[in-house]
Amino acid sequence: MSAIGAGSQGLWFVSRASGLAVLASFSAVMVLGVAQRLGSAPRRWPRFAVAELHRTLALFSVAFLALHVVTAILDPYVSIGWAATVLPFASGYRTLAVGLGTLAVDFGGAVLLTSLARVRLGWRAWRAVHWLAYVAWPVAFVHALTAGNDLRIWWVALAVWGSAVAVATAAVARLLEAIRPGTRSGRPTEGPAATSGQVMREATPGHARS
Amino acid sequence: MRAASSHHQLADSPGPRLSQLPRLLAADPWAGPASLAEHIGRYGLPPSPGLDQPRRRALIDEVAQSGLAGRGGAGFPAARKLAAVAARHRALVVANGTEGEPASAKDKVLLAVSPHLVVDGAVLAAEIVGADEVTVVVHHAVREIVDAAADERRRAAFDRVRIQVATGAGGFVAGEASAVVHWIERGVATPALTPPRLSERGLRGRPTLVQNVEALAHLALVARFGAAWFRKAGTPEEPGSMLVTILGAVPDPGVHEVAIGTPIDEVLGRAGGPAAPLPALLLGGYSGTWVSAAAAALPYSSASLATLGASVGAGLIAALPGDACGLAETARVVRYLADESAGQCGPCLFGLSAVAGEIQRLADGRLSDLSTVRRWLGQVDGRGACHHPDGVVRLVRSALSVFGDELERHSQGWCCATGTASVLPVPVRRHR
Amino acid sequence: MTGAAARLRVNPIACDGRGLCAEILPELITLDDWGFPVIRDGDVPDGVYPEAREAVRLCPKLALWLER
Repeated sequence: MSAIGAGSQGLWFVSRASGLAVLASFSAVMVLGVAQRLGSAPRRWPRFAVAELHRTLALFSVAFLALHVVTAILDPYVSIGWAATVLPFASGYRTLAVGLGTLAVDFGGAVLLTSLARVRLGWRAWRAVHWLAYVAWPVAFVHALTAGNDLRIWWVALAVWGSAVAVATAAVARLLEAIRPGTRSGRPTEGPAATSGQVMREATPGHARS
Repeated sequence: MRAASSHHQLADSPGPRLSQLPRLLAADPWAGPASLAEHIGRYGLPPSPGLDQPRRRALIDEVAQSGLAGRGGAGFPAARKLAAVAARHRALVVANGTEGEPASAKDKVLLAVSPHLVVDGAVLAAEIVGADEVTVVVHHAVREIVDAAADERRRAAFDRVRIQVATGAGGFVAGEASAVVHWIERGVATPALTPPRLSERGLRGRPTLVQNVEALAHLALVARFGAAWFRKAGTPEEPGSMLVTILGAVPDPGVHEVAIGTPIDEVLGRAGGPAAPLPALLLGGYSGTWVSAAAAALPYSSASLATLGASVGAGLIAALPGDACGLAETARVVRYLADESAGQCGPCLFGLSAVAGEIQRLADGRLSDLSTVRRWLGQVDGRGACHHPDGVVRLVRSALSVFGDELERHSQGWCCATGTASVLPVPVRRHR
Repeated sequence: MTGAAARLRVNPIACDGRGLCAEILPELITLDDWGFPVIRDGDVPDGVYPEAREAVRLCPKLALWLER
């Protein structure tokens, strides 16, 4: 944004930068989540590595997000208010755009909290909430388009739209898997049993697994 | 209406000539289901243990002394099940007459001939375990009969507990205890993983006694006539009588009541005896065991059949005629069993189908190498949430053993069978 | 971190044969011909107990547990 005031450009800059970082890492988390589910990862990557990476990057995203939110609220030149961290459309500044960001935090927060407690919750409850990630991401994306003014910078635009393409591709792949189970959309982990397992399963007439 | 008798007054009750068979099927099967009045006339009034603990405890002891075991295939001691559920609160009773085994008819026949005996047993079990409700799950073929019997009892205010009747799900695994509970609760007949046991957490989360209808009918008689009477038939380790379904190469297939321990050829004699020398018998059910015809000399009891790796199971005895191919029959049954997998567990869903394919190839003479199917049998055994895959493994292993000569011939392109009719009935594939 | 006599069990209904467990714990878990885990009988040896807990944690279907 063009200088609304000279003083705390630092805070605002960090907020913008960390915002971009959140979008990028959150997008990577989404892609990895789908990759883990479909078994489509570079051949040498064990599945547990993809799972761990998905989880670790998610936690990184939370860190960037915290930075993004706190610096934006602390910035004295925009009035957002602490309530807007979780209460959508409570911000005075750019109510709609910031509100979308808050919504994304709410949905993403639900996903995060249930994932941390997944053993206690049980798989069904965890999964039901985890789908909200597919809601959180587009909301966060629209927030990025409307709350920030940095898209004019070419590499920011590249990162933002590149993330969108990546996540959209992953989402389509996941959708296809959901409506046509067993689609061979990627290679399973190295290892004769695992590979032949996939082949054996698809050779079985009429099989369908969740 | 009900005599408040304790079991000490049992000797005074009218009833079938003690120790003689038939006990459960004493009524004339051609006369239709016995009415409540006929039932009481034949067997006497059921005793009511009342709600106090000492009487309930005494009845459990009587059942323990009788040595009554389950009649659904597993043969678990009835008294132990009763005690396990009686120790808990807010129990429920499910009388399991689903009979998912397509070739078995004993539960249907029992319910069609003596529905009140089964309901007596279910009500008695409920009073023992402190349940206020029984659900009698029956095959659709006998639903009307059991409904009528339950109505008759309600009109006469005969029982202290509520009786519900439900139609069981079709399908082979639908008769499994936890599948029946799921069916009643959610309309899906899929088995569940145990632990937790049904006696701890079953229907609606409450401790549930799931007992086969035949076992409950025996329970109703033990409560009337005592453990000593019950033991007058059968063997010391496996007392009592049991219902068997005899089919295949016999002139008079059907359900008969026999004392456990009767020699198998005598049991076959009840159905008219084998029409011709038999090569083999299938014992127990479709998840049972093939045995060679030489086994016909053995007593019909799980103890003696254990020497052949078999058991009485759900009371099925299928006589394979000399002109049939045991491998072809097995292949059809295994394909059916594979298709009947609940589809919940990978090894069962995929493994049984793979095994079925191999057995079919063996039957067709297109395969002679058994190493793959043996590896798969080992991989499937015990790897499901229920015992469905285990049963298929047992059936196939026994077939490979008993029909070893046939296998040899098949691998050379020959088959002994001259008949074309299938022996073991397999339902037409349903769409799930 | 000692094992204190625990068996690794799999819930075959929950298990989808994703195979992460076999990657983490090849000492105890092999995959059958269809990609589903076959767990070796007996208690988890102390040496691989951390990996066993890891497998339990990472299973995408929460199908594994350690039974005392």
